[in-house]
Amino acid sequence: MIQMKNVYKKYPNGIVALNGLNVEIAQGEFVYIVGPSGAGKSTFIKMMYREERPSSGQMLVDGKDIAKLKNRKVPFLRRDIGVVFQDFKLLPRLNVYENVAFALEVIEEKPQIIKERVMEVLDMVGLKHKAKMFPRELSGGEQQRVSIARSIVNTPKVMIADEPTGNLDPDTSWDIMNLFEQINSTGTTIIMATHNREIVNKLRHRVIAIEGGLIVRDAAGGDYGYED
Amino acid sequence: MCATQPEVTTAMKIRTFGRHIKESLKSLGRNGWMTFASVSAVTVTLLLVGVFVMIMMNLNKVADDLENDVEIKVFVSLDAEEEDITELEEEISSLDGVESADFSTKEEELTDLVLDFGEELSLFEQSNPLFDVFYVKATEPQQTETVAKDIAALEYIEDVEYGEGKIEKLFDFLNAGRNVGLVLILALLFTAMFLISNTIRITIVARRTEIEIMKLVGATNWFVRVPFILEGMWLGILGSIIPIGLVVLLYQKITEFVQPRLSGELFQLLEFSPFIYQVSALILAMGVFIGIWGSFMSIRKFLRV
Repeated sequence: MIQMKNVYKKYPNGIVALNGLNVEIAQGEFVYIVGPSGAGKSTFIKMMYREERPSSGQMLVDGKDIAKLKNRKVPFLRRDIGVVFQDFKLLPRLNVYENVAFALEVIEEKPQIIKERVMEVLDMVGLKHKAKMFPRELSGGEQQRVSIARSIVNTPKVMIADEPTGNLDPDTSWDIMNLFEQINSTGTTIIMATHNREIVNKLRHRVIAIEGGLIVRDAAGGDYGYED
Repeated sequence: MCATQPEVTTAMKIRTFGRHIKESLKSLGRNGWMTFASVSAVTVTLLLVGVFVMIMMNLNKVADDLENDVEIKVFVSLDAEEEDITELEEEISSLDGVESADFSTKEEELTDLVLDFGEELSLFEQSNPLFDVFYVKATEPQQTETVAKDIAALEYIEDVEYGEGKIEKLFDFLNAGRNVGLVLILALLFTAMFLISNTIRITIVARRTEIEIMKLVGATNWFVRVPFILEGMWLGILGSIIPIGLVVLLYQKITEFVQPRLSGELFQLLEFSPFIYQVSALILAMGVFIGIWGSFMSIRKFLRV
């Protein structure tokens, strides 16, 4: 699903974020990305949906060469990738249903398909009964579930989550993780950058640790490995 | 993932377009004062464009009409005999750029003067102080001056007169007016465009999160851009309504007032139709153009799609 060969990224301000990364992530895997702040996690994540391009090296996402991908082709890459953020990024003026439907409307999906799919994913994240409510009327965990619903409504092959539990209390975080497990069980690859030691250590999956723009550890079922 | 590729069916295109139109109109209302400011700027600009075009086109027409009537009046010297005059007529007619040369005796000239200025002048019939005259027309108005000089060099010529100065002055005025007007209009066009692009920038900033999500979930670049382009276009169209109305009304009044007073004159104003409809179309086209151009300036800078 994702292959990186000697991926190197230098920002215009001279900072080297990735210093020759080599990694391969298969379809259906669940991967934690860990490491200190400023180690290159964000750059690594952003490259997967072509928010950033590698300065050199080769990177394939779903067989597409990220470095060579033309700007007008990027939207079609992103239709295969769901992204979830720490701050949810919901639209405050739209209700739950509309927030999820938005993702399909802007890629010009048919209305009847939109209706079906949105109700399906809202049911899956357990928010069908709150479809008419607005983000401000929901708890943090519920808001994150809306944003997860939005990211999977288009049945992407990969879901990328950048600190999805960063703003949530422990109990809510576990609810979200259960949801991720469920999504992963349907064959969706999940790549999750996190600082949550407890989750990584209890819910064991492959752990990739990035430090100084390099992968310093890559272990199946590994532990968090940092003292916070 | 063929299910997510946009299937280009007409129904879909129309639905998408409807969505874009709705979004762009919503923004107009949301931006309130900025919408008002840019529409006002467009209005002022286009009104000046309209009035300017109206004036310049008519002056051009008047100049054209006058040009077609430029005649050279050639005074034949008194010591020319009848055969000299016949010879002179042939010489003039054979000059380069001469279209016609009509002879008029001094008696005929006096009759004309008497007709124009009254019987008192018939006193001069005793001793006619006038000259025999040739009325010469050049094939091209621009050649008038050369032809006049060529004639002046011939024998038995007392003097040569033509609309010396008048036409040149009109042309000078036209050119100067055109240049001043163009500079003024260009400056106003840029101001209007700048205001429009500023309005669009505000929309873009206000909808930052929405745009970010659109891009994340894979909306195409055109899908993201179109509402902003439409908003710019509305600003341009709204700004052209008042100028078109005023220009039409103004020209109607002008033609009503001026046309009867010019009947029988050598020059005429342009007819109300189709001229004023062409000016209206021009105003609308310029409104749409500056609107779209203004939004493109902001889209390029702030949307980066």
